[in-house]
Amino acid sequence: MNILKIADKTFTSRLFTGTGKFGSSSQMEEALLASGSELVTVALKRVDVQNQEDDILQHLAHPQFNLLPNTSGVRNAKEAVFAAQLAREALETNWLKLEIHPDPKYLLPDPIETLRAAEELVKLGFVVLPYIHADPVLCKRLEEVGTAAVMPLGSPIGSNSGLQTREFLKIIIQQSNVPVVVDAGIGAPSHAAEAMELGADAVLVNTAIAVSPNPVQMAKAFKMAIEAGRMAYEAKLAPVGSVAVASSPLTAFLDEF
Amino acid sequence: MGFNDIFEQHNWDKVKQSIYAKTGADVERALAKPTRDLEDFKALISPAAMPYLEQMATLSQQLTQKRFGKTLQMYIPLYLSNECQNICTYCGFSLDNPMRRITLNDEQILNEIAVIKSYGYDHVLLVTGEANKTVGVDYFKNALQLIRKHFSHISMEVQPLDQEDYEELMPLGLNTVLVYQETYHQEDYKKHHPKGKKSNFQYRIETPDRLGKAGIHKIGLGVLIGLEDWRTDSFFTALHLNYLEKKYWKTKYSISFPRLRPFSGGLPPKVEMNDRELVQLICAYRIFNEEVELSLSTRESHTFRNNAIKLGITSISAGSKTDPGGYASQEHALEQFEISDERTPAEILSMIRSQGYEAIWKDWDASLS
Repeated sequence: MNILKIADKTFTSRLFTGTGKFGSSSQMEEALLASGSELVTVALKRVDVQNQEDDILQHLAHPQFNLLPNTSGVRNAKEAVFAAQLAREALETNWLKLEIHPDPKYLLPDPIETLRAAEELVKLGFVVLPYIHADPVLCKRLEEVGTAAVMPLGSPIGSNSGLQTREFLKIIIQQSNVPVVVDAGIGAPSHAAEAMELGADAVLVNTAIAVSPNPVQMAKAFKMAIEAGRMAYEAKLAPVGSVAVASSPLTAFLDEF
Repeated sequence: MGFNDIFEQHNWDKVKQSIYAKTGADVERALAKPTRDLEDFKALISPAAMPYLEQMATLSQQLTQKRFGKTLQMYIPLYLSNECQNICTYCGFSLDNPMRRITLNDEQILNEIAVIKSYGYDHVLLVTGEANKTVGVDYFKNALQLIRKHFSHISMEVQPLDQEDYEELMPLGLNTVLVYQETYHQEDYKKHHPKGKKSNFQYRIETPDRLGKAGIHKIGLGVLIGLEDWRTDSFFTALHLNYLEKKYWKTKYSISFPRLRPFSGGLPPKVEMNDRELVQLICAYRIFNEEVELSLSTRESHTFRNNAIKLGITSISAGSKTDPGGYASQEHALEQFEISDERTPAEILSMIRSQGYEAIWKDWDASLS
């Protein structure tokens, strides 16, 4: 399978993971190790950056895990830029999952503030991965301001509803010059496989693994599904509905000349 | 236009009647729907839902884990003062209750903080009575400045304030305000609050509107269970929640369901709510609203809390003292109510872990406010 490259990093695993909602930090660690994930997002608001022995960070201290700090909790571009700078300093990475959701109920991203913040953060030297609606125009606008990838949502975060935005994801994937990571709403390995078959470069999964009664096994299932989906994409899927056509009523006349 | 306009379109007796008229079929329909409205909520809190309690609990647990994972947010109250100019028939701080009154000074506040921090807390809930002259906005400003650097999340449960007051306190670190209506039964509210500023029902019911306009991060709602029919009161809480979520969509919401606890000199509750009914109410709120935070204090017993954390609760306190200075001082002032679950934070933590849940101490960053 092709190696995925985002900014200066390469990834053999196309499964990015989250760190919330697990029953314990050790359970999170085991599941993430089993997932093979190499990019792990962690909320700045959950870690105690003053504390060298922060429980979450200690359990993520493995060489294969690249940390992707996220700005969960911020409500506008100004707060996001501030949080990003704190995260960069505390976690010693310029990678950032930019998420701005002023709406705490459905946690839907604010496209206007996200574009504003992305533009500024890129100028400040961040590798920006913005979490956004599956809006093809917004994705192009973000690409233009220099984001390293785009992260459109499959369905509302935590909903486990799969790729409800499928038609828009297809356009985004077709049009994008930066990697497309489907984030949010992926509730089952089959959803993840579908995203990969569509040509997404990676997916980000959290709730479906964390909330499973067996997070380790579910993490493995996602790993396999994503590998299968990517392999199928690279091997080229058979076009849907390509059955032999017995007669050609519209073009048969050509043979009569 | 505020919530009061919507409130006035509802008649207490009619609402009550319609809740008690709900049938098993209404409950089944509510359970089968993908999302539920206020009529479904009525069915879920009605007596007709009791035979469906296990089914409700299963659904409530699933929905809670989907949204919040296997986690519980930890907070602890810090009582700053028990001075109060109100008479509330059910409260230990009531003006007519002869007791030693105390308002913590800077040194006493810092002593309390030291003890609370040693337990591991990062989210503190500041509580006072209502004594505007001694414990007003200036007192809160000073307290917030003292407290802010020690906690990443500060909540307050004090007298209702004006919008401008909230706007002044928020930049000093105030994230959340809890303001319980106590009861939405207007006539009974007057009976329970005969004297003091709190007797103004309108001002209290529109407090969440003022908070929403000020742009507060989180608002906590609730009624005091035991004053009036809890089902009807809970319907009005849900109505209030629905209204606020749509109007102040950038604000988060939490609900509490404090059951009246005894205090020295207090009246017994008018209405009793048993444990099964409290479970019913917790599950009904969750099934009605997947995103709202549900909070359970140390008013509830050891056994009840051990089990309730799996059914829909998302935040709990532990090791609480309800008398000002109670953490650091050996000399105990009069408390607001008696604690039921007296376990230490460490004991609660190990109980949470043994159930496969993780306690979350930090879920906000001071840099975000």
